[in-house]
Amino acid sequence: MSFLGKITMDAIPLHDPILVVTMIGIAIGGLVLLGLITKYKKWGILWRDWITSVDHKRLGIMYIILALIMLFRGFSDAILMRSQLALATNGSPGYLPPEHYDQIFTAHGVIMIIFMAMPFMVGLMNIILPLQIGARDVAFPFLNNLSFWLTASGAILMNISLVFGEFAKTGWVAYPPLSELTFSPGVGVDYYIWALQISGLGTLLTSVNFLVTVFKMRAPGMTLMKMPIFTWTCTWANILIAASFPILTAVLAMLTLDRYMDFHFFTNDLGGNSMMYINLFWAWGHPEVYILVLPAFGIFSEIISTFTGKRLFGYKSMIYASGAISILGFIVWLHHFFTMGSSANVNAFFGVMTMIIAVPTGVKLFNWLFTIYRGRLRITVPVLWTLGFMVTFTIGGMTGVLLAIPGADYVLHNSLFLIAHFHNTIIGGAVFGYLAGFAFWFPKAMGFKLNEKWGKVSFWCWIVGFFVAFMPLYVLGFLGMTRRLNHTNTPEWNFWLYLAAVGAIIIMFGIIAQVIQLYVSFRDREALDDKTGDPWNGHTLEWASTSPPQAYNFAVIPHVDDIDAWTDMKEKGQAYVTKESYSPIHMPKNTSAGVLMGATLTIFCFAMVWHIWWLAGAGLIGAIAVFIKRCYCNDVDYYVQPDEILETEKAFNLSGREGVKA
Amino acid sequence: MLIRNLCNIALASIVLTLSGCKGGVLDPKGQIGYDEKNLIIIATVLMLLVVIPVIVMTLYFAWKYRDSRTHEIYAPKWAHSTKIEAVVWAVPILIVLVLGVITWESTHRLDPYKPLEGKGEHITVEVVSLNWKWLFIYPEQGIATVNELVFPANVPVEFKITSESTMNSFFIPQLGSQIYSMAGMQTKLHLIADEPGTFKGISANYSGAGFSGMKFNAIATPTQANFDDWVSNIKAQGNTLTKDGYYELAEPTENHPVTYYGNVEDDLFHTILMKFMVHMSGKNDISEMKGMEHKMGEHKDHSGHSDHSAHSSHTQGEE
Repeated sequence: MSFLGKITMDAIPLHDPILVVTMIGIAIGGLVLLGLITKYKKWGILWRDWITSVDHKRLGIMYIILALIMLFRGFSDAILMRSQLALATNGSPGYLPPEHYDQIFTAHGVIMIIFMAMPFMVGLMNIILPLQIGARDVAFPFLNNLSFWLTASGAILMNISLVFGEFAKTGWVAYPPLSELTFSPGVGVDYYIWALQISGLGTLLTSVNFLVTVFKMRAPGMTLMKMPIFTWTCTWANILIAASFPILTAVLAMLTLDRYMDFHFFTNDLGGNSMMYINLFWAWGHPEVYILVLPAFGIFSEIISTFTGKRLFGYKSMIYASGAISILGFIVWLHHFFTMGSSANVNAFFGVMTMIIAVPTGVKLFNWLFTIYRGRLRITVPVLWTLGFMVTFTIGGMTGVLLAIPGADYVLHNSLFLIAHFHNTIIGGAVFGYLAGFAFWFPKAMGFKLNEKWGKVSFWCWIVGFFVAFMPLYVLGFLGMTRRLNHTNTPEWNFWLYLAAVGAIIIMFGIIAQVIQLYVSFRDREALDDKTGDPWNGHTLEWASTSPPQAYNFAVIPHVDDIDAWTDMKEKGQAYVTKESYSPIHMPKNTSAGVLMGATLTIFCFAMVWHIWWLAGAGLIGAIAVFIKRCYCNDVDYYVQPDEILETEKAFNLSGREGVKA
Repeated sequence: MLIRNLCNIALASIVLTLSGCKGGVLDPKGQIGYDEKNLIIIATVLMLLVVIPVIVMTLYFAWKYRDSRTHEIYAPKWAHSTKIEAVVWAVPILIVLVLGVITWESTHRLDPYKPLEGKGEHITVEVVSLNWKWLFIYPEQGIATVNELVFPANVPVEFKITSESTMNSFFIPQLGSQIYSMAGMQTKLHLIADEPGTFKGISANYSGAGFSGMKFNAIATPTQANFDDWVSNIKAQGNTLTKDGYYELAEPTENHPVTYYGNVEDDLFHTILMKFMVHMSGKNDISEMKGMEHKMGEHKDHSGHSDHSAHSSHTQGEE
């Protein structure tokens, strides 16, 4: 084996003009960014306050930045696909040959689910969950930093595949035998495996961290049945992660053994069975969609009850409904392959189980409706996203139940109807939820509100674009168009393909409006400043802290007597009260161990992809060495002094009381 | 604007029903397809019973209880009502109950493995998905075709399906159900065309670079006689598909032209199905493999025999 493993000059795709332009763009953009950081001397701040930070709020912000960057990449893929399919009609080959196009749809799926939706969800959970339960940080702050860097490593690996070698050409599910060495001899599937593996590890550690945080670190008085609903839905999602991600790890490990060491778990020959992969993959894959959507449900619940100025209707129902969804989510995976030849009894069982999930989901929708009932709904940007979700998601839920009927799935399986369905639930459910949460909690995280006008422009572009882009896919599914086609030759489909492309462009304007919104809001941050820490008259404890919160979150851990703890405190006159004196607060110190482990493991994964064994060994040993060093490090904490706390509290409580009067 | 979106949906669904007239799964040409279309319509109507009220209530409540309407009742602490809770759990449960019964019944009725009843004897076609084309073997007629499937209308067709390499899905949208093709395994599908015609057939599971070209025409001839004519025409052309010829055909190609074989080597489908098993047992000839199966059968007989003798000795002991 050569010194550089499988790397040759051919690994850099100089033959593809689209990729060359992308690479030049990335290079110029990267250089400009690095130049600006150097010019304004921000390297120190970047390293000390962000990269090495163990503060859950800063990590949350970094997760969301990662999610937004990957949203741009994943959305660019979407635009490429839609334009290819709009151009490649009537037998024309279009401009993306299968060689490139097949990588794009695979990357789009992996990026949007693993590197856009997951970090967005985890980011919001990071910022808000510890605040909502009145904790100073998560249970394991260093682990939280490490989780972030593992996720980022996976994303970096994904992006390296753009300029070095190729990405998988298997679809985001990477079904064998197609993903086996025989049919995918390149490095694409290896990039897929290692990017998912390393970020999956990060996600698993996050879930353990937050489960411990929720079970051990709630403020006094906050029983489980007094926990804010967003914390509850995140907790259900974390339980799902802890239970399902190990399955993904195992199935990818088996595929790795097949590809690297000539095992035969899923090969055609020597007793391998690809059906096992498909079962295991979806035993993770189906809970995964509930991992994405449950926290979004929590966000909608918080927003609706805040902006109607009411308690959430049916709080207990909501918790039980989320629990039911979580448990049922584990016994429906077979509906992803009704067409694999299972017996009628098996198919019918999984079909009925899937439909039962519609019951708790329906209950949730009704509960949101009755939260609005007899409230005073302020139509703000987060509320628009919520209303848009309630309309859109109901349709997505209906098509989902339709697909759960095996007899209907036999003709709709793998068609564009399916594509429309899951975008309808993932965009209309999860992404709308994250964008709602982004607008809702932005002032908490950053200290100033977002511009309303551009937020509304963005919302309307997104929702109109969504319907224009995805309703045609439902039609195309009925017309018999299957997914992952590179080009078509059926004139009846053309109109719908053009319309879908137009929809994608409208969504693009929505994304541009969001970028403008961020710019305008940053420019006008003085006017949009949030001094009270509670810009929306919120219900839960995150609004009891400053915006942005201090590193220690709360000067004194509040005592909780009600589900809407902050509303309760405000009503009892316990809000914005400065004490005579404060005790010192014990806090964790920042550490570079997380980012160093992330970097060394990225090197390990990259070397594994290219079979550079010496480098892989070096990367792995490096990561272990950093970890051991961290284990023996005693300089991990410090105390925030009472004087400092008193000063901050005085200023905050003064402006808070003024804000309430105004 | 939300209302405009609703109009979009309504418009889309109207156009949808209209466009169903031009091929696709809402324009079925066979019993299975008809049943599946009806199933889709019934289920959709049932679900709309909840979906439409939810959408309407969302928009109505948002309008009625917006903050500028200060004359409306405002109940900030009202958060529980057993009556409403009971209703919001009961309504979805009832609908899912009905849908569940429909699902259970239809899944058994539409089981792809179940031969169609009351339609007479079926003909058998063996289907092999190759990279990237479809091979159809007609064991009863002794012929084979690539990328063209012909059968008489109004006669049930039994498909035995396997794959040479990657997984595909055998699908003729206008006739109904699809099923995966997987190497080393046989899946089954029963379809019928209720009228003559040419229907599009595709692979509905991505299988690599040439996947988009894995198309074929499924032609239902008006009568059995037409079909027999077609068979004899192909037989007259000669062109034998041998095992070696098959391996040559199995080499990856894209947009493969329609090809006819007047003769097919005996048991070719079985050979394809068992090729990985042959490899596993260390034998490299299918005839040896068949011998082995035969021996296994004999072995079973032996064990049965020995059971029998044990039984008799037992009775002897009793005596």
